[in-house]
Amino acid sequence: MIKTDILIIGAGPVGLFTVFEAGLLKLRCHLIDALPYAGGQCAEIYPKKPIYDIPAYPEILAGDLIQNLAQQIAPFEPTYTLGERAETIDKLADGNFIVTTNKGTEHLAAAVIIAGGLGSFEPRKPPIEGISDYEDRGVNYMIKDPEIFRNKRVVISGGGDSALDWTIFLANVAREVILVHRKNEFRGALDSVEKVSELAKKGKIKLITEAEVTEIHGNGKVESVIVNHAKEGNIEVPCDHFIPLFGLLPKLGPIANWGLEIEKNAIKVNNALDYSTNIPGIFAVGDVNTYPGKLKLILCGFHEATIAVQFAYNIVNPGKKYLMKYTTVNGITGFNGETKKSEKAVVKSI
Amino acid sequence: MSDIKVKIKDRFGVSHLLDAPTDMAMNIMELCKAYELPVEGTCGGMAMCASCQCYVHSNHELSEIGEAEEEMLDQAFFVKENSRLGCQLYLSIEMDGLELELAPES
Repeated sequence: MIKTDILIIGAGPVGLFTVFEAGLLKLRCHLIDALPYAGGQCAEIYPKKPIYDIPAYPEILAGDLIQNLAQQIAPFEPTYTLGERAETIDKLADGNFIVTTNKGTEHLAAAVIIAGGLGSFEPRKPPIEGISDYEDRGVNYMIKDPEIFRNKRVVISGGGDSALDWTIFLANVAREVILVHRKNEFRGALDSVEKVSELAKKGKIKLITEAEVTEIHGNGKVESVIVNHAKEGNIEVPCDHFIPLFGLLPKLGPIANWGLEIEKNAIKVNNALDYSTNIPGIFAVGDVNTYPGKLKLILCGFHEATIAVQFAYNIVNPGKKYLMKYTTVNGITGFNGETKKSEKAVVKSI
Repeated sequence: MSDIKVKIKDRFGVSHLLDAPTDMAMNIMELCKAYELPVEGTCGGMAMCASCQCYVHSNHELSEIGEAEEEMLDQAFFVKENSRLGCQLYLSIEMDGLELELAPES
């Protein structure tokens, strides 16, 4: 069991800056993120894009912002659970929380700050009636273990890199691979497109373009799919697996089931005071929260995090006095005892 | 006055005639959000989520589809010949009278 003062869910820019503000109050933080590294969207989606509205940075690349934040919070020695998604939360009788990830890692903390941004990235599911009934019964949105497809008949749908890459890979594993794509052309890496077309020419895979999978049939598991072809109409394709690969979409995910008040896919907070949710001890900051007048900006998230940790302090240390300090006056003292401080001005008497 | 009129049919078939400023560098996704039409704009306008997909019903000549938009439309659902991403359509005088329909959510 990992124990900390504040558990932060989401290691994007706002989650990272929360560590800094908590550190000033001598609170230790642990972060959980579904991605295998810190940085959230800034690292995953647009690391090379410049951001122009971070105060005092006329321009900064999203990736550099994350690096700077990592450097800024280093004195407060944050710890991480990466590549795991916060799945469940339990409030104990003493008011502490236990948050468990999808891989079973347990975290104990007095306060939880959700800085989950847009949520965790989940596969985009095609709008096919009844598809959820076949999930893990022949419908696979992600390929974790390609061996399950050995000697099976597989239909892959999609036109991007991942559809092409898995078509190439499974050509040597599955008994039959059929790639269905809406268009005549593929937008993946040229090398992959060429390989797929070569495999099709050799008869190792089958390509059905200008077509979409529109129905799934089976008795408890996938037995066939209906492919709607632009010219030929409906074709029934017998198969054991249907793998739709249409990229990822951010979803609030399991947090939506934590009993928090949700509005428009975001967590409602009390912005007039402390950015707390309807569950005492759980706060939400950054893009994941909502309140009247909310702006989804990194700089607003920094502000929200700063306020939230002041109140989280009272939960971690009930009754213990403190007063916000200016870093210019006091410097910052890391958890290793080292203090960074400005040089004292030299005053000379005349 | 730099406003134009844009007609947007929502997912319930209700048409909204919107006054749209052309001098605020706004796009269709932002216009919909400003009028509180149910457009998520999840990615913030980077052509990366398709939550602002719409169908163009009028014959206006619009900006060409860029690579990022084409890539996204390739992965999105409910895509038709006249599909565009609202976030890539920046309001301009030429778009006066534009008629759009919001694509279903996916």
